[in-house]
Amino acid sequence: MMESIVSESALPVGSKGHLASGWWGMLALVFTEGALFAYLFFSYFYLALHSISQWPPGGPPHLGIAVPGTLILVAASVVVWWGERGIQGAKPRQLITGLSAGIVLGLTFLGMQGVEWHNEPFKLSTGVYSSLYFTITGTHILHVIVGLLIMGVLLLWTSLGYFSAGRHAAVSIGVIYWHFVTIVWLVVFFVIYIAPRLG
Amino acid sequence: MATEDSPSTEKLRRIWEGKPGLAGWLSTVDHKEIGKRYVVTAFLFLIIGGLEALLIRAQLARPNQTLLTPEQYSQLFTMHGVTMIFLYALPVLSGFSNYLWPLLLGSRDMAFPRLNALSYWVFLFAGLFLYCSFPMGKGPDGGWFNYVPYASRAYNPGSNIDVYALGMVLLGISTTVGSINFIVTLARTRAPGMSINRVPVLVWGTVTASAGNLLAVPAVSLAFLMLFMDRQAGTHFFDSVAGGQPLLWQHLFWMFGHPWVYAIVLPAMGIVSDALPVFCRRPLVGYTAVALSTVSTMVLGFGVWVHHMFASGLPALSLSFFSAASFVIVIPSAVAVFAWIATIWTGRPVFTAAFLFFAGFVLLFVIGGVSGFMTAAVPLDWQLTRTYFVIAHLHYVLIGINVFPVLGGICYWFPKVTGRLMNEAFAKVSFWVMFIGFNTAFFPMHILGILGMPRRIYTYSDHLGWSTANLVISIGAFVFAIGLLLFLINVFRSFNHGAHASANPWGAASLEWSIPSPPPVYNFAVIPIVASRYPLWEDLMDEGPERSSVGTGMLLDQGRETVGSTVLDAEPDVILRMPGDSYLPFLLSVSLTAVFVSLLLHSTWGLGVTALATFAAGVWWLWPQRALGQIQEQK
Repeated sequence: MMESIVSESALPVGSKGHLASGWWGMLALVFTEGALFAYLFFSYFYLALHSISQWPPGGPPHLGIAVPGTLILVAASVVVWWGERGIQGAKPRQLITGLSAGIVLGLTFLGMQGVEWHNEPFKLSTGVYSSLYFTITGTHILHVIVGLLIMGVLLLWTSLGYFSAGRHAAVSIGVIYWHFVTIVWLVVFFVIYIAPRLG
Repeated sequence: MATEDSPSTEKLRRIWEGKPGLAGWLSTVDHKEIGKRYVVTAFLFLIIGGLEALLIRAQLARPNQTLLTPEQYSQLFTMHGVTMIFLYALPVLSGFSNYLWPLLLGSRDMAFPRLNALSYWVFLFAGLFLYCSFPMGKGPDGGWFNYVPYASRAYNPGSNIDVYALGMVLLGISTTVGSINFIVTLARTRAPGMSINRVPVLVWGTVTASAGNLLAVPAVSLAFLMLFMDRQAGTHFFDSVAGGQPLLWQHLFWMFGHPWVYAIVLPAMGIVSDALPVFCRRPLVGYTAVALSTVSTMVLGFGVWVHHMFASGLPALSLSFFSAASFVIVIPSAVAVFAWIATIWTGRPVFTAAFLFFAGFVLLFVIGGVSGFMTAAVPLDWQLTRTYFVIAHLHYVLIGINVFPVLGGICYWFPKVTGRLMNEAFAKVSFWVMFIGFNTAFFPMHILGILGMPRRIYTYSDHLGWSTANLVISIGAFVFAIGLLLFLINVFRSFNHGAHASANPWGAASLEWSIPSPPPVYNFAVIPIVASRYPLWEDLMDEGPERSSVGTGMLLDQGRETVGSTVLDAEPDVILRMPGDSYLPFLLSVSLTAVFVSLLLHSTWGLGVTALATFAAGVWWLWPQRALGQIQEQK
């Protein structure tokens, strides 16, 4: 069956999109990070179910900042996706625009989260709910920061002219993390902001 | 065909060889070097954990002894558990798999060579971190599963538990990057033709353990993070006064802890499934069933964690469900046991030392499995939990299913790794000393448990009728330790004076035996092409016209390269460029460890500086390189 030894020149060489080991490694990383958030949500619901007083203590959190924040983070994912399409079509300018816009939107989201934290009437050590609230949103904020660092480094590398339509594995790998941060936020948003309104 | 010492192998040797001396030692990313380091480091931890156990047994040998204070005793049994379970049991198997995987799979290195070095260094530093407070008498002292509220600040104010909490998160990083590496290596770097149903069972075991780790390790990292925050940042996750739940700790810990048990036995069972048939001169009976039972054990392993918590007052419905799941998990284990027995039964066994270790393992696995089956029954567990019966069970499982296969595996692969044969007679003697010592030490613990002796008490009164059994146990423990010492002496003697080994001294079937002993730095002169599950037995078995090719294949000598192939069928689809030796894994490990030291010391500026250094090292690491095909071709 294997008589025909594939000639070496027929195969692509080096890091090529989904053939790059890093692409698979990033999927595995996102898998285990997703598990981390799943255990955070498990802890949230476990402690909520065992709570004998009102949950959340001050009623469901306000949506005033969270809803626009959600839209902004989704938009940050969309523009980066659009930028990646650019480099696939040999348009590095489009990638630079997409990454820059993604970084601006991500920073805006971070700023809004800062305001949200500042406005909360409780602090980390107030009670069980506040411990969970700050730990879950704080873990997500850390992931946004890491995502922003990745986007920033990709922007630098793109500006240096490293990537082409055929060679941009680093971009394909980095944006997986960025989309992951957005998707996880949607679940965080549901757990923290929507679920208390369903009970 | 490329033979040894031909110009092409000379070129490959120059491409793959590292620097000499300390520079090479710190910068190597060769999976064989890293694998050996993992095994040696894990054995050093095994010796430390073993000495702790001997101290414990000296204290318990007679009633009312005062060799150790209660506080010393708590730290000793905690560090014994932590060391054996986290710093020996998985790392030693990671060492085997790191060394063997590329040789078993017909490739030139792991998918991420630098990540491989990183996982070793972080493991080493996490181990040192976990031990950093022990010499000052401030070591972790809450038992290896570290239940709150005893582990909370109100009851345990020293740095003991903080060291444990942070050290475990750091170790979790090592486990995670190692697991990712194994999964991607299996998915992408198998030799052409090595479809998923032809990989050795060790590979099944390690990849199953790795996938389980990716799912389970975050639970314990989160639990320890929450505990650290409860202790140092004023949160209330486990604080029942403020509405927190101590049981949340137990849930998170055992959601991790039980899959972890399978992570530290499945690769060891894989060692047996691959090596035992060689000494029975036939292929493993039921390869497919054994591979599937490996995976299904892990899947079921995620649904049994509550059986560690039967006595914590959970509802009867929940107990029934988890009890049933714990019974069901016996089935895949039994499949594997029957496969090994059938392999011995229908084969022509050669009673080498390795065979003795594997056969001994099967017996100990059955005993440990039966006592586990017993405690899966809720009423019996209520009687036996927190007694020496559980200690007996877990040592039959962990020593029986981990240490015995590992020692058998060392006997089996020693000639491949060192190029020398181990002294067989000496190895057999050490097996019998260990086997007798082990059963003398641990079998009476079943009886002590039924007599009601609780675990973790530092001494006992002579009126309780436990004295004789405890003395026998302590004697057995020292005999077992002497057996291990004999084994290690044999390893050292054979390493220096053993007879030289040929490429395939056992007449084994898998790819690592097709290359010289010890393997050249580039592993394979050409990438082999695999046509069956037993590439080197095809002529003996003569089951079809197809033959694997170990002498003809892709040469790949334009830099460090190996073949990337498709996930299921292993058809080549890319030539992967591998990074060269680098100091970055070492540097990144140092800065990462410094992050955790800063957290332990509450140093904000230290945290800032070390986090920045870690980021800088990470960017440097990932900087695209033209040689690796990460930057567009020059126009």
